[in-house]
Amino acid sequence: MAGERILIAKVGLDGHDRGVKVVARILRDAGFEVVYTGLFQTPETVAAAAVDEDVDAVGLSMLSAAHMTLAPLVVEEIRKRGLEIPVILGGIVPDHDLEALAEVGIDTVLTPGASAEEIADRVRAAIAANNEED
Amino acid sequence: MTNRDLWQAAFDASRVRDDQPYATMSGIDVDPVYGPDDGEFPGQYPYTRGPYASMYRSKLWTMRMFAGFGTAEDTNWRFKEIIKAGGTGLSTAFDMPTLLGIDSDNAMSLGEVGRCGVAIDTLADMEDLYAGIDLGEITTSMTINSPAAVIFAMFIAQAEQAGIPRARLGGTLQNDILKEYQAQKEYVFPPRQSMRLVRDTIDFTAAEMPRWNSISISGYHIREAGSTAAEELAFTLANGFAYVELALEAGLPIDTFAPRLSFFFNAHIDFFEEIAKYRAARRIWARWMKERYGAENDKSMQLKFHTQTAGVSLTAQQPEVNIVRTAIEALAGVLGGTQSLHTNSMDEALALPTEKSARIALRTQQVIAHETNVAHVADPLGGSHYVEALTDEMERQAEELFAHLDELGDGSMLEGAIQGIEENWFQGRIADSAYELERRLNAGDHIRVGVNDFTDGNDEDQMELLRISGEDETKQRKRLDQVRQDRDQEKVDAALNRVRSESQDPEINLMPALIDAVKVYATVGEIMGTMESEFGRHVEVPVI
Repeated sequence: MAGERILIAKVGLDGHDRGVKVVARILRDAGFEVVYTGLFQTPETVAAAAVDEDVDAVGLSMLSAAHMTLAPLVVEEIRKRGLEIPVILGGIVPDHDLEALAEVGIDTVLTPGASAEEIADRVRAAIAANNEED
Repeated sequence: MTNRDLWQAAFDASRVRDDQPYATMSGIDVDPVYGPDDGEFPGQYPYTRGPYASMYRSKLWTMRMFAGFGTAEDTNWRFKEIIKAGGTGLSTAFDMPTLLGIDSDNAMSLGEVGRCGVAIDTLADMEDLYAGIDLGEITTSMTINSPAAVIFAMFIAQAEQAGIPRARLGGTLQNDILKEYQAQKEYVFPPRQSMRLVRDTIDFTAAEMPRWNSISISGYHIREAGSTAAEELAFTLANGFAYVELALEAGLPIDTFAPRLSFFFNAHIDFFEEIAKYRAARRIWARWMKERYGAENDKSMQLKFHTQTAGVSLTAQQPEVNIVRTAIEALAGVLGGTQSLHTNSMDEALALPTEKSARIALRTQQVIAHETNVAHVADPLGGSHYVEALTDEMERQAEELFAHLDELGDGSMLEGAIQGIEENWFQGRIADSAYELERRLNAGDHIRVGVNDFTDGNDEDQMELLRISGEDETKQRKRLDQVRQDRDQEKVDAALNRVRSESQDPEINLMPALIDAVKVYATVGEIMGTMESEFGRHVEVPVI
């Protein structure tokens, strides 16, 4: 299935954009339509972009350890706008945060070392699982 | 006189450490350098083999460990631990809000206060940060860019309060804004306005702070963002040329400021390529400074650099293996003749380092310095057919990239750098190189142990990681609140008004106004906000 749309976002002050760009290209090359927000977004701007761009999933890239604060806020803003799309988190995320992230509604967490194939497969699986629920 | 004779005279005039029997473990005497009598020697133009005749026989590299987390008090405690453990220089990491010039109580700071470095809002925090540390003795490096002039003003004000005049302060301000637009992305103002602040700091230190390095021209972040070694080399030196032209345009004679420019390179895992990169960097810098910019003082031509091992080479899988990677990278830095070195901790692909992992990283340098004897001989790989060929090739590739920038700037490397940023040329090249490496990793053409091969052991439990509580954020906000209440608001308003009006006139050096503003406890966010109202804000067009 080609043509799934994903919004890739950097939220907050974290300027590390190597990973987000590499992942955006991986997904593009795997057949996704990728929209990249650029740096320094807020939970509100990301949620609004997700609505405007009519995407099937949102991917957040976080490397500054602010994920426990910011990721739940992004999920909240997205749900507030009535979107039930999966929110995927990529970045430096210690194991001890995984459970709490699942509880606040982060669908999938991708950590350093994930291969291109794994990234594309897991994003696709998250979207497919969400579509089945609908 | 042969080159060897000239070198010998310079070596004899150098202060040499005699705390070592300069011999191998089995007692073979070792010369300070090897090579043919008419070859190039260390301390001789174009300094391929090192900036000094005596290199590590005069002074080992500075073991400068980068630290910062939580509140200023927490980091002050870590600094004192580093000094106790034998660290010989301090390096300060600031948190994201500070790096972007906003206060801890700004809504955008949520979740970031004290996370990746220390939170600094006002002079009160700076007072805590360096409390009990003799800044007239130990040198300090501050990794700060967009708000560099403001943080530097705080550092000066704080030291003067502690009774240390600014002329005695030794250290380095990173202050390299160009690579922020190119790679690290912690920019605030547009490039040209930012460059005015850089000019002001160069000008100020040239006049008042003879022991201070005004800019640390940094390839580290360019490499971490994904560039190749040759791109790191070329972009860094090209940025260096841009700063030189900036200061020349401001009317400073080259030899008044060039000796205080220093560099900061990455030490990645491709051992010989890294060593060649450092050697090529020294040679290129010397040639350009002499031939293009007319430097006459040797110190203007001698490239000195700090090295940090490559954060991106570390893996979250089997993190203990990172100790080995870091040791190899650190060794490349030393064999390449670095003046100071930070070694990453094994857990940095997962979190900020624990005290133990930071200590092991420092111990890694101490093993290299005191057990291996590699520091006995300057440029020990000079003359290797392989390393010399790689050095030449690095220089050739860098010159190609310089030619492009020179053309882009119509004969000005300063314009070329700014144009290259505005056209996303640097950003695009770095992203392309990053993706190319990723493609090779995925195809299995490039092995990363524990990631795409040799993965047995990856399932073991994660190591103990440093946890930073949200309490620091609350504590820091309260502290800021208190400072705002205790200060004289009228004085703050007057100081900010002065910053605003002086921002409007590019002929004025802003440093004195900034120092006065921090002294009355204006916050980083207030001062940056005031300048932003005059300078505007940079927005990058997002490209994949």
